[in-house]
Amino acid sequence: MLYFSKLRILFITLFSVLFILIASSNLFKFDDNFFDKKINLGLDLQGGSYLLLEIDNEPVIEQKLQNLTTTIRNYFKEKNIKINNIKIDNQNIFFNVTDNDKQSVLDVFQDENSDLNPYYPRFKSHQLEIEDTGLNFKVNFSRQGLIKLKTSSQDQAIEIVRRRVDEVGTNEPNILKRGNNRILVELPGLDDPMRIKSLLGKTANLTFRFVTNDENDRFGVEKLKFENGLEEATVSKRIIISGENLLDAQPKMDTQANQTIVSFTLDRVGAKRFGKATSTGIGKQLAIVLDGKIISAPVVRDTIASGSGQISGGFTFQTATDLALLLRSGALPAPLEIIEERTVGPDLGQDSINAGMIALAIGFMLVIIFMFVKYKIFGLITNVTLIVNLFILLGVLTLFEATLTLPGIAGIILTVGMAVDANVLIFERIKEELKDETNNILAFDGGYTKSRTAILDANITTLLAAIILFFMGSGPVKGFAVTLGVGIFTTLFSVYFIARLFTSIYVSRNKDKEKLI
Amino acid sequence: MIAFNKYYNHFNLLSSILIVVSLLLLIFKGLNFGIDFKGGTLIELRASDSKINVSSLRDRFNQMDLGDVSVKKFGNDTDFLVKFENKDNKKNIIEEIKTNLDKSFGNNYDFRRVENVGPKVSAELLKSGVIAISLSLALMLIYIWIRFEWQFSLGAILALFHDVIVTLGVFSLFSLEINLSIIAAVLTIVGYSMNDTVVIFDRVRENLRKYSDIKIFELTNISINETLSRTIITSATTLLALLAIYFFGGEILKGFSLAMILGVVFGTYSSIYIANTVLVRLRVSQKTVLREEDDKK
Repeated sequence: MLYFSKLRILFITLFSVLFILIASSNLFKFDDNFFDKKINLGLDLQGGSYLLLEIDNEPVIEQKLQNLTTTIRNYFKEKNIKINNIKIDNQNIFFNVTDNDKQSVLDVFQDENSDLNPYYPRFKSHQLEIEDTGLNFKVNFSRQGLIKLKTSSQDQAIEIVRRRVDEVGTNEPNILKRGNNRILVELPGLDDPMRIKSLLGKTANLTFRFVTNDENDRFGVEKLKFENGLEEATVSKRIIISGENLLDAQPKMDTQANQTIVSFTLDRVGAKRFGKATSTGIGKQLAIVLDGKIISAPVVRDTIASGSGQISGGFTFQTATDLALLLRSGALPAPLEIIEERTVGPDLGQDSINAGMIALAIGFMLVIIFMFVKYKIFGLITNVTLIVNLFILLGVLTLFEATLTLPGIAGIILTVGMAVDANVLIFERIKEELKDETNNILAFDGGYTKSRTAILDANITTLLAAIILFFMGSGPVKGFAVTLGVGIFTTLFSVYFIARLFTSIYVSRNKDKEKLI
Repeated sequence: MIAFNKYYNHFNLLSSILIVVSLLLLIFKGLNFGIDFKGGTLIELRASDSKINVSSLRDRFNQMDLGDVSVKKFGNDTDFLVKFENKDNKKNIIEEIKTNLDKSFGNNYDFRRVENVGPKVSAELLKSGVIAISLSLALMLIYIWIRFEWQFSLGAILALFHDVIVTLGVFSLFSLEINLSIIAAVLTIVGYSMNDTVVIFDRVRENLRKYSDIKIFELTNISINETLSRTIITSATTLLALLAIYFFGGEILKGFSLAMILGVVFGTYSSIYIANTVLVRLRVSQKTVLREEDDKK
């Protein structure tokens, strides 16, 4: 165990130097790309905001079922199959058929090439499930159908969220999917997420619809409140144009009326429809509805054929800017709810870094002093190893550009405390060996060999705990798992290569010395 | 040589009492779950005006109809921690609070940290915390079962349960807050305690093979003594590191390092006085080790 070939010494030296260099790249700027890596600071250290959003898919499912009812009705009408009493209840579609048609309806739903009920060969499942209770059918989304629906609304939502966050212009936001109905937004350096939160909390579903007094409107009517919550108006359900028809929206100052407005430009289809509606609807009120609330309902005075217009509604410049931003980035497929928020101000982050570094320095000093007092020359070896270990650990974290969190720093300090364990196990074993063994070299050899299983056991148990934490933990705690886990490997390397190298050099020079340890 | 084995019965009794008391505390007093596991809102606030203190803050917050509000000093005199349930999960709660505080305190305060955990997320975090701890205990059990004979596994697992339950018992007794980092601490304790037990067990097994005429009662004592300096040194350096975190690592890491300190102390104690006594009580002998090895061959 004590012999080291020249090649091996070279390898150990190079390896250590390499990682020390990588670790030091956190302090200096290297031109070389390979060395120019840095440990990422977690949001708890650099300050920033962590938002977990959940997509409320209920309205989406409701809407899809609504559409599906129409599709089913038309589909069977074409085939001359009579569908009766079709209705939606509690996220199920119910309908009746006659005895003769029963089988053909089932056939349509269970046909793998059905247009009505797409089949996903990969999951061996249809989009819809059909259940018959006599002549009654109950149709709803299958498990796979629901998953498909959720992932597609998540895909759309994450795109919109990204656009909105980008428009606000924070640096390096991190936007990720979580499960099939959540989106994680990390905003480093942002200590007041108020604006982003309010932007993400809006679905931004914009429609232009006529105000009507005719309760029997062909498309149905609904009563909607104005933004201020005071007035109400009856609005037709017929949509003239919607947010999808917008090409651009910008906040502007209307110098004539001395108010802030949002001007918008429509696409070709939108412009045509808007032109037609404004030409036939002169004198009528056109309600501009955002997320179920009326922003304003101006009276149409002229035909607007240019495909551009403006929205006024008592905006401040800020609210106009935000509305324009929302309209530009598009509507979310479903409402989002912020179910978890963690925001740390930059000064608290800096305080945490300082406290962590002080604790690391003090913990390190205490351990080093303790080891030196206890083991003298071998304590010194352990201490040098400990320092190299720390650098290698930082080097590995840098190399993988890992995220360092406050618990992560605690993990490093803990690694320092526990890293001596392996060396202590070895040294204590050597002491025991020296009781019956006069040959120093043999005693050291024995010490290393016989302590190996205990060291492995000890480190594997800690590693198991770290692995579980990594997979089960979230955010800052994950950072702890990373430093603790990586620390185990760097500790084993430094104990078995670096410390052993020093030990072997010392022992072979003091072969015959008594009371070596 | 220190006669640890003289006190096996005494400490077994003590541990049994500790475990029973801890369990009673956990059942009847329960744990003080933080917002991570209970849901709610936390605000860390720094004041730059001496008018802002616990009572003036409490007054202000109580007027806002937020349900149960707790206001505490956090670290030094200018920092405060405000916690409340946020039952209705109001959306713009932080904004409302800011406008409200501005009225009384102007600009003389600053939100340093805001955490808001919805009921769904907190339930999930609690579930995954429980799963993580159970999973780690199970993995340790499997690991030690592969490495040692079943008597040893039983001893190690009992020691682990002891450490986890008693540590949580202390948290319950003093109503210390359980948050995500405490789960991390408990998992690390599990790893550490196991590590400590395994080192002694390794020696017990080695000695069992070596000496056929020494009874397990004596043999465990010999093994404990042989590994004692290692046990002390490793606990000492780990505790030194943890004390550094506790005193200098800032307010946020206090609970975490305290749990770890307790865990290391209990872990060291249980390796000696629980894990080993199980071996004695199960009358482990040389045969236990040798038979197992024959089976493996």
